[in-house]
Amino acid sequence: MEPRDIIVDKIKSAFGSSLEETSDFRGDLSLTISKDQLVPAATFLKEDRELQFEMCKDVTAIDWATGKKRFTVVYHIYSFKLNFTLRLKVNIDNNPPSIESVTHIWRGADWYERETFDMYGIEFINHPDLRRIYMPQGFEYYPLRKEFPVMGIPGSLPLPKKAE
Amino acid sequence: MDRNAIIYNDDKLLKKLDGDRNITVEDVLENEMVINMGPQHPATHGVLRLVLRIDGETVTGIVPELGYLHRGYEKMAENMSFLEFIPHTDRLDYTATMCNNVGYVLAVEKLAGIAVPKRAQYIRMIVSELSRIAAHLVAIGTFAMDVGAVTMVMWTFREREKIQNIFDRLAGARFTTSYTRIGGVAGDIDDVATAMTKEVLEEIEPAMVDMDKLLLSNRIFIDRLEGIGILPKEDAIALGITGPNLRASGVEYDIRRANPYLYYDEIDFKIPTFPEGDCLARYFQRGDEVRESVKILKQCLDKIPAGEVIADNPKKVLPHKTEIYSKMEELIHDFMLVSSGINPPVGDIYSAVENPKGELGFYIVSNGTGKPWKLKIHSPSFCNLQALSQLCRGAMISDVIAIIGSLDPVMGEADK
Repeated sequence: MEPRDIIVDKIKSAFGSSLEETSDFRGDLSLTISKDQLVPAATFLKEDRELQFEMCKDVTAIDWATGKKRFTVVYHIYSFKLNFTLRLKVNIDNNPPSIESVTHIWRGADWYERETFDMYGIEFINHPDLRRIYMPQGFEYYPLRKEFPVMGIPGSLPLPKKAE
Repeated sequence: MDRNAIIYNDDKLLKKLDGDRNITVEDVLENEMVINMGPQHPATHGVLRLVLRIDGETVTGIVPELGYLHRGYEKMAENMSFLEFIPHTDRLDYTATMCNNVGYVLAVEKLAGIAVPKRAQYIRMIVSELSRIAAHLVAIGTFAMDVGAVTMVMWTFREREKIQNIFDRLAGARFTTSYTRIGGVAGDIDDVATAMTKEVLEEIEPAMVDMDKLLLSNRIFIDRLEGIGILPKEDAIALGITGPNLRASGVEYDIRRANPYLYYDEIDFKIPTFPEGDCLARYFQRGDEVRESVKILKQCLDKIPAGEVIADNPKKVLPHKTEIYSKMEELIHDFMLVSSGINPPVGDIYSAVENPKGELGFYIVSNGTGKPWKLKIHSPSFCNLQALSQLCRGAMISDVIAIIGSLDPVMGEADK
């Protein structure tokens, strides 16, 4: 049995109705999970003896700019046992965008969630240290949102005062 | 008015300084201090800033601050075509530019479904491995310099210079190579470049032996690294560490073997690992990886087939300049590719390559237009730095320098 079949079967039997979508594009398996089932599903993927997704490679988000579910949070997780990279997606709405943190499952997600918060303004509930990571702490905008201009916003970054 | 004059004219400050005359060594050792290291610090490999809480000379807490080199490449990528972004990948890990070029075009080719000629793939393997050797030489040299062995950096940079000359020959630039194209590479590898590569391979092995002799017979070097900054296997996996730092903790994971890209499945090589996970293991790890890269390069030079170096795919791959000037069809294709882009199908892919620092991954979301809707760079230095606060807790201040050097972060990549 191929790793992708094992994963899809297991998730389907454990989280039947919460699995919103399964896609396989260019050999990348991607599962879309409903927001409230993210933490149970992540725990299951990590703890299950046949799956063992021990490493969180990446957390990021996509801003679709329109629609009720404006953001998609994307997780890439890796299993050494299956030698497989799986993509988990969660669609979330925009009032205000928030999702449960997975740092207590994968410690490595810490900085990635901070980065996603910094760039998209998505709040990760129960994150131990949710601060901006690239932009200065007082910055008011979220640069990777589609409405933020590439040129930046004049005056948004305070410049050092000219010496007398 | 200069600063000294201000101090000497300030009676309050002078009184305070006078009052502090009886400060003793014990006062320092018994009080906790918060000190700042960087962002302008020669041992932090760029603009990494650390805030340390120290008790005497022991570090009790450390908070890395990133973002001093943040240029917003992910935002820029959303506003330029897939072709235009290639030069920007040079500026990610600037010690291994070729590896970044290769990693990016592989991701775009996976997304757009472009087949690439075998010779081009072999050339990409050759430049990746040369780049890996160059990056590891920088890592070893600066690491040794950080802990006091300054000669080392001269020796490693001397060897690296020969590799940069090969890149100069191939790409026309030593660092900002931008050598790969979507569908192939910019130019063929000629006899001169092949001869230069063979020469480097012959010279690098005795040079590595000399470098080991210089460092490993030095008691100070060993004492400063052995048993320092131990990263256990479980923690390395939990923190998402990749590359040499993960393998130095005893995990045999290399994308070239786990998920072979290019033609690494045709090449015979070992994945060195070390069980210790300390700074010294990370030093040995990089040395062994250079030796494995030399083995890979020798096989690549033997096996490289003849043929084209760029795919013949007019709708996706830029035609050659001489054809644009002489043929109507090629002129039209060139115009369409440059003005509207390659328009890959709607979908998203994640493609990762093994870079000198670890796994460089690109997550690209396409909405069917010539520009990516989203491009996320998974940079190895970023996640490797996450281990810093764990490794430094309980270490001495001087160990912090050794630990940063052994993790080998490049801020161009960590800050994106």
